[in-house]
Amino acid sequence: MIKAQTLQSRLIQDAFFKMAMGVLSSLLMLPLIFILFYIFSHGISAFSWEFFTQLPKPVGEMGGGVSNAIIGSLLLILISALVAIPLGVFIGVYLSESRQGRIPEITRLCIDTLQGIPSIVMGIIAYTWIVMPLGSFSVLSGGIALALMMLPIVTKSTEETLKLIPDSLKEAAFALGAPYHTTILKVILPSGKSGIISGILLGIARVSGETAPLLFTAFGNPFMSVNIFKSANSLPLLIFNYATSPYQDWQRLAWGASLLLVLFVLSLSILAKVVVKK
Amino acid sequence: MKTRKPIALVEVKEFLFKKLLLLSGLTAIALLVGLFFTLLFKSSLSIHKTGFSFLYQSTWDPVKEVFGAFPFLLGTMITSLLALIISIPFSFGLSIFLGEYLKEGIGRSILNGTLDLLAGIPSIIYGFWGLFVLVPVIRNFESSIGVTAHGVGILSSSIVLALMIIPYSASISREVISLVPSDLKEAALSLGATPFEVIIKVILPYAKSGIFAGVLMSFGRAISETMAVTMLIGNSNKIPTSVFSPANTLASVLANEFAEASEAVYLSSLIELALILFFVTAIFSFLGRLIIKKWMVAQ
Repeated sequence: MIKAQTLQSRLIQDAFFKMAMGVLSSLLMLPLIFILFYIFSHGISAFSWEFFTQLPKPVGEMGGGVSNAIIGSLLLILISALVAIPLGVFIGVYLSESRQGRIPEITRLCIDTLQGIPSIVMGIIAYTWIVMPLGSFSVLSGGIALALMMLPIVTKSTEETLKLIPDSLKEAAFALGAPYHTTILKVILPSGKSGIISGILLGIARVSGETAPLLFTAFGNPFMSVNIFKSANSLPLLIFNYATSPYQDWQRLAWGASLLLVLFVLSLSILAKVVVKK
Repeated sequence: MKTRKPIALVEVKEFLFKKLLLLSGLTAIALLVGLFFTLLFKSSLSIHKTGFSFLYQSTWDPVKEVFGAFPFLLGTMITSLLALIISIPFSFGLSIFLGEYLKEGIGRSILNGTLDLLAGIPSIIYGFWGLFVLVPVIRNFESSIGVTAHGVGILSSSIVLALMIIPYSASISREVISLVPSDLKEAALSLGATPFEVIIKVILPYAKSGIFAGVLMSFGRAISETMAVTMLIGNSNKIPTSVFSPANTLASVLANEFAEASEAVYLSSLIELALILFFVTAIFSFLGRLIIKKWMVAQ
């Protein structure tokens, strides 16, 4: 039997449902504001000239900074970008160029699976591939672990961007007698530039906050090190080590490093959005 | 003669470029295959030694060289499931509210921005914040209801984990809901249905397998989260007895113990954990994508 409802009650039901969904959605803003506020209020007091220029001090000494972690993080990002960007863009071009067929299908599956692999597993892979043969923890192995995480992001965004470029552009280039590689490198890639760059920025934003792949690769180091075959510190590692330490001064540095990391990651994500809008 | 040579050269270049593209595609395949075999090869020692008992043996004692992964499997399942249950009302509410009610305006941009920011905050920051803000709150709560007040444990990690997977699951279910054809919705509306009735009687039945796929993928995402969980779960190798007890997940054991594993069997057992983690997350993301693909083709 169909229950007869008055129009009034149905409208009330709808309004109530809409309100419930709205409340649930808006509730999410609370933890975000709470987290950001907490990081800002605790982190900003740690910011100083010393914070950016000095090394961490041993326990008991006040002050010190995180300069080695900043340099280490930049170095790790540089290495991972150098590996992941060219390879990722090329795989993306390959996938968008060959939409059907067995090999592209498998490649696409592999990239999707790679994207889902837990970051800690990437750390173990980089450990067995690079740390074990070379015999020491190194920035290089950390960079490779991060590159493995960045690769699927760059590939996917390249593929998605290039798929949207109309075929007529390519046909026009062919009609002018341009060979295949010239068409791809000089016509297709430049017209998809903003989408690809945005993907790269998102990839960098993603890996620069990663800690798990660095635990047994870059490992951490209380001193300044720019040798890519040696261990080095990085911001996420420093946060992990200092946050779980009982010393207030180290925790203060960790809050400062958290704020720095959040600012860096969020401005990269915003930049990625701005680039793609243009 | 003069013009032929450059053309031949161009053709060679063209050929090489195509092969280079193919090669890069094959590199991706080689990477994944290499990754899998590395894990398999490095864990073979442990696989041979413990066999299937690795999965149901409930003691993990590296000193006595007894390795059973059951507490971690259970810890992973409970933590991720709880996080999923906490997150579903929010991600569902968001995707419905943004998809069907709030289609424009500043409120929409604010909610979208909230999701983007939540997705952008690194895992380690969630862990740090959870440790200093959430854990004391949970500890007070635990002592007020009379259970052992650890603070850290399954509940704390599940709450933070839920917060971290909401942007991901909301984005999948929004995508699925946006694929529901608008003629169907308009037909229902023109028959006099309220938006609520359209959602319950048209959109949800139509999109249910896609939404289910999104839940599977979010579950895979929750399983693979490492740092925040490692900081909040309390790192206990015993079988958890309640949602308040400290535990360990597959990922958090790896984060905690891998660097100190010196004996070959210990290292190999840990890598076997990584292999399990790899399998489980790969299966969940594969199933999720398969269901969505089937669903899109069926329409």
